[in-house]
Amino acid sequence: MEILIPLIIVGSIGAFLGLGLGIASKKLFVHVDPRIPMILDVLPNANCGACGYAGCSGFAKAVAEGKAAPNGCIPGGAKCAHAIADLLGVTASAEEPQMAVVHCKGGRKEAAERAIYNGIQDCNAATIIGNGSKICQNGCLGLGTCVRSCPFDAIFINDNGIAEVDPEKCTGCGKCVKSCPRKIISLIPKVHKIFLACSNRDRGAKVKKYCSVGCTACTLCVKATPSGAITMDNNLPVLDYSKEENFITAAYKCPSKCYTDLVKKRSKANIDTNCDGCGLCITVCPVPGAITGEKGKRHVVDKEKCIGCGNCLHICPTHAITLWGTGLQPKQARMA
Amino acid sequence: MNNIANIISISIGAVFINNFILSKFLGLCPFFGVSKKLSSATGMGMAVVFVMAIASSFTWVINRFILIPYDVAYLQTIIFILVIAALVQLVEMALQKYSPSLYEALGIYLPLITTNCAVLGVALINTGVNTFTGEPYTFFESLLNGVMSGVGFMLALLLMAGLREKLEFSNIPKGLEGLPIAFITAGLMALSFLGFAGLNFFSPVGG
Repeated sequence: MEILIPLIIVGSIGAFLGLGLGIASKKLFVHVDPRIPMILDVLPNANCGACGYAGCSGFAKAVAEGKAAPNGCIPGGAKCAHAIADLLGVTASAEEPQMAVVHCKGGRKEAAERAIYNGIQDCNAATIIGNGSKICQNGCLGLGTCVRSCPFDAIFINDNGIAEVDPEKCTGCGKCVKSCPRKIISLIPKVHKIFLACSNRDRGAKVKKYCSVGCTACTLCVKATPSGAITMDNNLPVLDYSKEENFITAAYKCPSKCYTDLVKKRSKANIDTNCDGCGLCITVCPVPGAITGEKGKRHVVDKEKCIGCGNCLHICPTHAITLWGTGLQPKQARMA
Repeated sequence: MNNIANIISISIGAVFINNFILSKFLGLCPFFGVSKKLSSATGMGMAVVFVMAIASSFTWVINRFILIPYDVAYLQTIIFILVIAALVQLVEMALQKYSPSLYEALGIYLPLITTNCAVLGVALINTGVNTFTGEPYTFFESLLNGVMSGVGFMLALLLMAGLREKLEFSNIPKGLEGLPIAFITAGLMALSFLGFAGLNFFSPVGG
């Protein structure tokens, strides 16, 4: 019977406390929007702040209250936007996925240094001291400030000492864009794989002295782009990604090879038996000798030389040309 | 005079000589978890003071009027955990209702106090004997002990947070960055608090 005393005591105290808590939870009930934790579940929860709120919970609250759009989460992308929209019962317009690119490729091999920097290994620190060790005042310093700012581990410093973005991992949150003291990182639509990897606005002759891959403002890329998607601004081409343009020709024409193409192997043009040998394709092909053939006979594409720009596709009156092989076709092929 | 001496003795004892973190090594989890920023350390410190005060008074009453008369003092630990957990739940609910801003500020730390051994520690110490009077703690004494232990906890937390904010900007060997250097700092602080160990303002009655 001794055992009954502690049983009763512990049991009654437990029951009393449980009852108290039960009453309290009814009396002190606070209505919390049940959608907030649900939204939080579908968010990436990286707390990157790209949405403009102080973390994912802040964004979830704002969305539930209708203050933020469901597609506000950039890293989450279209998938996340749709999931939130489903929860809220609204339709979401997905934002075009973006990725960050570094507008510089002049690493140790290409760009000359004017001093040896031994200070704190940080781009901001190096910029404060005489604006970095490179002669080029816009080149990537390669000290990894952007790498440290990336919440998704998508940026790394490559063997050449230049920051490089992994397109697979990049979510387009834009943290690196803000972190770069040189302001040479920007966001481009993910479907576009070509960007200008130079930010130097010096005159051509000057650039040539210290960087072998620097833009010399020769404007060849502008001339190679009849759609007008490239314009010169203060000695540097500006690419307008909103225009229907794939920039393959521009990248090919650049004499200093300032453009970076993230697609390693592009699809090649192929001319089928419908070809009547009009020769129009040769006139628009930017590569000399990529398309050959006698007038009136079926033309042939040299697969080694073809850069896959797609210029010939739509000029062909018999629709005999198609793009073959790996690469991105629908949006990349120019709809001229 | 004796009363005032008693109060001072308990206060100084709880805050410095028997500091929960730096002498008794209780409640180390929040000590390292919440000491990164001075602002959150203040919030956590306040929460601990509050919970310790309530826990000491409630557990004293239960101990004195239920456990001791029925001769089941060996149930102290389990009952105290029960009472403290329920209390913290209650406090959390009340805060969410009446002070959402404080609730947001304390965030995850409030439920963490439930399992904070320092709170249980103060409740169990209150069942013992007051070294100054040589008698069991009275209700007032145990309440004072609870509050002052909380203050001692807060003091250690604030000192640590201040140091860690400074540490952020100092040149630390790479292998020691973050928690390791915090452990070393805590060890040095504990060593310096050892200096209070011999402190005895008023000799106990008859001693």
